[in-house]
Amino acid sequence: MPAMNMIQALNHALDVMLARDPDVLIFGEDTGYFGGVFRVTDGLQAKHGLKRCFDAPISEGGIIATAIGMGAYGLRPVAEIQFADYILPAFDQLVSEAARLRYRSAGEFWAPITVRSPYGGGIFGGQTHSQSPEAIFAHITGLKTVIPSNPYDAKGLLIAAIEDDDPVVFLEPKRLYNGPFDGRHDQALKTWAGDPRAEVPEEHYTVPLGKAAIEREGADATVLAYGTMVHVAAAGIAESGVDAELIDLRSIVPLDIETIVASVRKTGRCVILHEASRFGGFGGELAALVQERCFYHLKSPIERVAGWDTPYPHAFEWDYFPGPARLAKALARCMER
Amino acid sequence: MSDPHGSAGGEGQAGRNLPPLRLHVPEPPARPGEAADFTHFDIPAAGAQPRPDETAQPGEMRDMAYGLVRVLDEEGRAAGPWDPRLPAETLLRMLRYMALTRAFDARMFRAQRQGKTSFYMKSTGEEAVSIGAALALSRDDMCFPSYRQQGILITRDWSIVDMMNQIYSNKGDRMKGRQLPIMYSAREAGFFSISGNLTTQYPQAVGWAMASAAKGDTRIAATWCGEGSTAEGDFHSACTFASVYRAPVIMNVVNNQWAISSFSGFAGAEATTFAARAVGYGIAGLRVDGNDVLAVYAATRWAADRARANAGPTLIEHFTYRVEGHSTSDDPSAYRSAEESSQWPLGDPIARLKQHCIAIGIWDEERHAAMDKELAEMVRDAAREAEKNGILGHGLHHPMESMFEDVFEEMPWHLKEQQQQMLDEWKAAGL
Repeated sequence: MPAMNMIQALNHALDVMLARDPDVLIFGEDTGYFGGVFRVTDGLQAKHGLKRCFDAPISEGGIIATAIGMGAYGLRPVAEIQFADYILPAFDQLVSEAARLRYRSAGEFWAPITVRSPYGGGIFGGQTHSQSPEAIFAHITGLKTVIPSNPYDAKGLLIAAIEDDDPVVFLEPKRLYNGPFDGRHDQALKTWAGDPRAEVPEEHYTVPLGKAAIEREGADATVLAYGTMVHVAAAGIAESGVDAELIDLRSIVPLDIETIVASVRKTGRCVILHEASRFGGFGGELAALVQERCFYHLKSPIERVAGWDTPYPHAFEWDYFPGPARLAKALARCMER
Repeated sequence: MSDPHGSAGGEGQAGRNLPPLRLHVPEPPARPGEAADFTHFDIPAAGAQPRPDETAQPGEMRDMAYGLVRVLDEEGRAAGPWDPRLPAETLLRMLRYMALTRAFDARMFRAQRQGKTSFYMKSTGEEAVSIGAALALSRDDMCFPSYRQQGILITRDWSIVDMMNQIYSNKGDRMKGRQLPIMYSAREAGFFSISGNLTTQYPQAVGWAMASAAKGDTRIAATWCGEGSTAEGDFHSACTFASVYRAPVIMNVVNNQWAISSFSGFAGAEATTFAARAVGYGIAGLRVDGNDVLAVYAATRWAADRARANAGPTLIEHFTYRVEGHSTSDDPSAYRSAEESSQWPLGDPIARLKQHCIAIGIWDEERHAAMDKELAEMVRDAAREAEKNGILGHGLHHPMESMFEDVFEEMPWHLKEQQQQMLDEWKAAGL
């Protein structure tokens, strides 16, 4: 099985789907001839033609709106928003239209669109190249939100998202594009080479939406994470010495509540880790769900480790980014109580 | 008080003796109690506009965006190169669909006043815009309407009982009571689901047209918005995408002079026409007498032929007047001259086609009166039929647990739980 980084795995997913389904088409800013600013669509136009993979005007609202119209026609468009920070001009189309089309038309029309967008920090991206907007989408009924953390899942989840008939916001942690990142920014960059999660089959396969993965089994605490934070969590758990179970949620909506509840009922402790700022973040929903369903099993208060409630700063990257040390401290607090 | 930014006319401006800047806030020509004034409109004679070839370059037909395509003159005669020369049978169908739309509106407006539903919006005075376009398009062309194109559904012979079921949110409502009245969806009639969010359907129509072109199909898309909502960003993105990809789409702006209480000046009408927006995008632009159903038909047919010939999109401004209030929640006497609708220089679309049909000897007053009576009875009977399925608030609606369906294709666990919780609470309350 070939080893792929996340960019290659995503590119492969798109290539597989373009070849497999004549109704799949890809467009976004710089996605055509140039192959995307992160190379995710590299070579696809040359291989599949101008009509299957093309460039779009710099208009996020227009990109999502035309994708919805294409979906209503019967195509299965995959639209790219260059950075998740720039998805907001398309917010009305995503919330008022894509998410509600099936509901408001009682199933006459629907929007089988996939919106791919690089997200997350840890790259000195400053305020508008680092944000994690998943909580905003999680609040929108009718949207699915999916976040992979490794090349194997990236390909399988992206294919599943494209094949899904509901609109899917597919957030790609750009910090993980070229290699895993555990938050230890002072250490040498890693690549995906040699990582078993980078062994990606060439053929079509899916990773189901709504199904979490247990990344590490443990007995004393449960850590809920997704995207880059899965790797940060693994490092933080190692640093803490706590035998924590690490769950990679993979899908924010639909959420794999069964896996989460089974784990917390077993461990009795829960720490939630995300890059997005804390107040109103998705961690709040996770904490509420765990509290409702695991109340009599909890041995300590649920902890949330998250970005601070500030815009994402440039110079203070590593003071903002919730690294492994902050998780280790939270785990230690849980164990002391 | 200190001003850190320096006050107006401060040191930097000293001695320059500039006049003070003035903010221009548009005001309509007439407010309540004042005489209606339409003298600022330049209304060219019927038949005066040239008819460019359907494949003309947008730049060659720039003047069309500033003129007004008119076919029917003041005596009801068809004139000029835009006369579509329709057979008598088609003219009478047009007349009937327009009259049916008006009768439907009248009945549903009354139903709202009687408390049978929460809301309604009439299209009085604008019937020609929907009916002329719908007859010029193929039935399998996809329409992306706003909320005032009920005439398209009526022209496509959609069941008016079905439309009423939607308005009553009753057990016959295919939208299952989820949508505000008049937010129809009729896929089989090529009528896209209406959204409350203005102009969102505009770039969606462009996307549909792009898809049709990408698949080598022959169907085209058409979309509608009011002049007020041309100010939305989606109008701009739609025009840009339509132009860039030469999408086979017709973009209609129904300029009925009013966006609720705001006159068209607040959408930019004091400076230019809405058809002229097309010029800047490199799109063919036509400005049409929206109360002249033959002109609307001819312009739509022209744009459809253009789209089908891969010659690109067309933007059509339909110059018309919103005769009634914006909706059942609106009282136009609070913001505009009461005389306006009677003073409107382009008249009434039904009266004008009726005059034409009489002038060419295919119609008369007696037949018209009989038709109006027949349509009123037909609409009354349809309303009675629909009311058997229930009216709003009288309990005859879809089961409440159906509100959780269709959020997603398959219901996720959290929706199933909430559905069950609602049913359990309902049972516990003994209901």
